[in-house]
Parts: sequence; C-alpha cells; structure tokens
Amino acid sequence: MFLMEWLVAIACMAFGAVVMWDSLRVGAGWAFDGPQAGYFPFYVGLLICASSVVTLVQVVLRRIGRRDRLFATWEQLWRVSEVLIPSMVYVLAIPWLGIYVPTALFIAWFMWRIGKYGAAKILPAALGVPVLTFLTFEVWFKLPLPKGPVESLIGY
Amino acid sequence: MESFQLLFHGFATVVQPFNLMVMVVGIVLGIIIGVLPGLGGANGVAILLPLTFTMSPTSAIIMLSCIYWGALFGGAITSVLFNIPGEPWSVATTFDGYPMAQHGQASEALTAAFTSSFVGALFAVLVITFVAPLVAAFALEFGPAEFFAVQFLAFASFIGLGRGSPFKTLTAMMIGFALAAVGLDTVTGSLRMTFGSTELLRGFGFLIAVIGLFGISEILQTMEESLTLKGKDAKINLKVVLQTWKALPRYWVTFIRSVVVGCWMGITPAGATPASFMSYGLAKRFSKEGDQFGQGKIEGVVAPETAAHAAGTSALLPMITLGIPGSPTAAVLLSGLLIWGLQPGPLLFLEQKEFVWSLIASMYLGNVVGLLIVLTTVPWMAAILRIPFSIIGPVILVFCAIGAYTVNNAAVDIIFMMMFGVIGYVLKKLDYPLAPLVLALVLGDMAEASFRQAMLMSQGALAIFWSNPLVSSISGLGLLMLFWPALTWARERLRGLVAPRPAPTKPA
Repeated sequence: MFLMEWLVAIACMAFGAVVMWDSLRVGAGWAFDGPQAGYFPFYVGLLICASSVVTLVQVVLRRIGRRDRLFATWEQLWRVSEVLIPSMVYVLAIPWLGIYVPTALFIAWFMWRIGKYGAAKILPAALGVPVLTFLTFEVWFKLPLPKGPVESLIGY
Repeated sequence: MESFQLLFHGFATVVQPFNLMVMVVGIVLGIIIGVLPGLGGANGVAILLPLTFTMSPTSAIIMLSCIYWGALFGGAITSVLFNIPGEPWSVATTFDGYPMAQHGQASEALTAAFTSSFVGALFAVLVITFVAPLVAAFALEFGPAEFFAVQFLAFASFIGLGRGSPFKTLTAMMIGFALAAVGLDTVTGSLRMTFGSTELLRGFGFLIAVIGLFGISEILQTMEESLTLKGKDAKINLKVVLQTWKALPRYWVTFIRSVVVGCWMGITPAGATPASFMSYGLAKRFSKEGDQFGQGKIEGVVAPETAAHAAGTSALLPMITLGIPGSPTAAVLLSGLLIWGLQPGPLLFLEQKEFVWSLIASMYLGNVVGLLIVLTTVPWMAAILRIPFSIIGPVILVFCAIGAYTVNNAAVDIIFMMMFGVIGYVLKKLDYPLAPLVLALVLGDMAEASFRQAMLMSQGALAIFWSNPLVSSISGLGLLMLFWPALTWARERLRGLVAPRPAPTKPA
C-alpha cells in the first residue's frame, strides 16, 4: 500500500510538473490583452504538486509504527489482470478489425477462460451480442460503429 | 403564478406518447443499470447519451434523467437482497436492509426503501420547483467574478465536506482541471499540453473519462472481489406494500431530517453518497433504539434511501440554474445539454422554458412511474443479478467501448477510456475521490473562462472577488469550506491540549 501511495503521489507530482512546464511554454503571465493561455493551468499544476507533496509526507509520517495495509493480494491482481489484459487487446484491436469481430472473440474468450462454459453456451452469446449491437446501433439508431475488413467483405 | 402555468405546460409535453415511452424505457434501463455491478448512474447515462443525439432535447433529457431515477431505485435492490450495493449511495442501505432480508423481511425492506426514495425525490422536486426559478433569477445578476466565486464554493465544498484526505481531494480535483485544459485554448488559440499529438487537439472527452473512471474501474474491482452472488428472494405483493406503508408515517421525523440532509448535500456538490451515510448516522444517533441499528431496523433503510434520493434529485437544481452540476451524473446530463446545443446557466430558465419545465414535470411523473415499475419488477431485476459475471462482465465492457466510441466517432477514444479505467482503479483503491475529478473536468473550461474574464475586468487583481457584498459572501463561504478540515483539525488539537486524550473509539 505504501509503495502504491508513493508511486501515485510521485506520478501526480510529475503530472503537475508537466502541466506547469507546458503552461510556462505557452506563457503563464500577463499579456497586453489579458491573462495568457498558461495563466490558469500553471496554478493548477502548482496545486497538484503541492498537494501531492503533502500526501507524500503524510504517507511517510503514517508509516512510522504502523503495519501496512495490502493494496491487493497477488491472487486479486491475477484476477484483475485476467480481465485487464484481454480488454487491452480487445481495445487495441478495434481500430484495425472494427468492433464486431473483436467483440465476439472477446466475449467467447472471457466465457471460456473465466466462466468455463462449453461451446453450446459460448457461441450464442458471442455471436448474439454483436448482432444485437448491430441491429440496435446501426439499424435502429443509425449510429455507425467502427468496421474492419470482415465487415467490408460482407458489404458494409 | 407563472411557474405553475409553465409546469402544466411541462406536464402536457411529458404525457405525449413518445415522451411517456421514452420515460418508461429510461426507467427500466436505469433500474437495470442500478442493479448491475460495473454500471453506475454516471457511466450508464454516459454510455446511453449517444442514443439521444437524434431526439429532441426535451425527449433526450427525459430519457436520461429517468435513467438516473431508475439507477437510484435499482441500487436498493442489490443492497437489500444481495448485501451488495449496486451504487455507492446504497452502501448505507445494506447496513439494515440486508439483515431485514435475512430475517425474512425482504419485501418490507424493499418497499420501505423504494417508498423512502420516492418521498426523498418528491420533496427534492418540490424544492426545485419553488427554489430553482428564484435562484435562476438571482443568478442573472451574476458577473464573471460571481460565477467563479460560485464555482470556487462548489469545489471548496468537496474539500470541506469530503470524508477522506483533503489533500487527495485537492489533487484529484486539480488533475481534473488540468485535463480540462488540454487541447486548443479557444481564447488565445494556443495549444496546451498536446505535445504535438493531433488526437489530443480535441482535449480529453468528459464522457470518455466518466465511462473509464466509473465503468471500467468498477469492472476491474468487481473481478478482484470475484463475486459469488448468494441472494435472498423477494416477491412484493400488495398486502406487504400496504402494511409497510401503514407503518412508515411513524418515522416522519426521520423522513424530514433525511430530506433536509439530502437536499443540502445534493445542492452543494457533496452528492448522494455522503448524504446517505450522514443521514444514517443521524438517524442512529437520534433514535431511541439506536443500538439496534445494523440488525434490521426499518428506520435504517428509510434514512439513507430518503437522503440519497433527495440528494440525487436536488443535484439537478444547481445544474439547471447555474450550470454547476451537484453530482457526477448531473455532470453527465450537463454535458448532454452542451451536445444538444443548449447553454446551461441562468439564461436556460428564460430562453428554454419548455425544456426546463418539461424536465421538472418529468421528475414528478418519472418518480411515480419509477416507484410503480420498481415495485412490480423486483423478481426479474433480482434474476438479472444471478447471471454470472463472466457473461455480464464482458458485455458491460463492450457497451462501455461502444459508448466511448460513439461520443466522437473516434476509435482512439476507446483506448483513452481504457487508460482512464486503470487510473480510476488505482485512484479508487488509494481513496482518491473521483467525483471532484470528473466535475472539474466538465467545469474546467467554464471556470477558467469566468476566472479569466474576472481577471480581465480587474486587470489581474484578486480583489475583484471581494469587490461587492454578494461576491464577498460567496468567496468567504468558499474559503470557510476550503479551510474547514484545517479548522476541525486545529480544534481537535486544542482540545487535546486542554483535556486528556480520550480513548480511541471504534469507527461507527
């Protein structure tokens, strides 16, 4: 937990520093026509840095004489990564393959790996969701969704 | 009474068949959203927002606000039957709701919860009906300095009323402001924090951040806990409903107290979640049988549900009058207004009378319809929760992705959504509050614009925020809120110096 607190506070400080640096780049002062573009964000960045420093100090002070609370057990992290990694792959695949094919594969993979279902249950769910999505969004609400090579083969 | 006439016009608009259909669809979707883990009010509304692009603004706001009411109702179902809060604001409902279900009083608990929600919402709508026009008329006098002062007060309240570390609240809030500044600065035309990337030119989409921070992070958290759902069954019949209704008026003091707490916390942007906790705590303290709370007291269900619904509803008051949302979900509705081409703020009451009063009328009707729907559909909604997460989880994620994509038709937004999801998961685990981040993200541009205009008027002197009694009192209140944690800390320290340190008490 302390390690994560440290890392996040430091990451926030770094983010605040970037904000301040970029605000200085566009000008955080006063031009002839009023405040410059970086005027407001500069102080925002400053406050991020300052409050993260306080959080960091608090974490250090609290650490003395206390036992650490676990951020997450390895088992929990494993379960989270079981969703996170396939979701990342899914999300990264959408710009290339459109949304429908990755959706079917993603649901199938998830049900197979985590739900331990057989093909008889996986297939209708994995095919049904994309088809229903298509009907709802593209046909009913006329909102185009990303499409890839497979859809263009069928003629969309 | 011009307001009443307008309100009747509003009712006339709402009872048009299409709007009624939209209302029922919204409520049912909302209850489902409230029941499902990983889909909350804020990101549920955000995902469904693109569906309203083709509707008229009035039908769109009716649908989205009804989703919100539905989600508020739905959260109670899972709390009582499964001991799992479907929404953060129904955590306090589990304290007494689930023990009641264990004692075989699930239907009574649910009836009490829904009825209290309804009462809370009804009073909040009455407050909106009578107070909102006054606030809007008052706010017409506001200049940029006053607007910035109100926004300052809103954000300072997060720090003053927040439950966690004030510094973490400040960090989260400022990250929101910084993210809001990304992209093209419309005043000077310079690019801020884009680092040469064209994708960042548009800035970070608020809806994408909401879907990631609230939706994806919630799915990750649900996975971590590896839910195995063992719930109680409930079938509500008319007899139980009538019996419970007969018993409820006895708790009128609790109702009034909870409504007041809820409305106050909703209008200041503390939101429904702290309101429900505070109301539960107060009910426990003032009750003669306070020690029986937590074992299945009906008052322990009434208090948090009334307050949560009153807060959730009254969060729309500052949204429609000042353009400052009182909760993350209200913030999503606000960004909806912008997409439909309406400018939120006091002028809305003058220029979009039909829209505003239809919204208010739909709040009355939506809550009546919502109460009826939720009372009759409880068994089906509970059945939804029995669908294993390994099926419902990926489907929710797919809908999040579709929702993020359709906001701007940009596939890269889905990747941003995922990033926000991971960030949200980590921040939530470390008790950084997400609501101030999201509100800062949606209000960032407006707050900055009014700050700049104020600075222009005063040539850079902060004294403009103290230049007349009105702005000074708002700024003063803001400062008080900002330093409230410091004041309580100092008071406790002083007391510690005078009196011997009391024995550590168990957290309630």
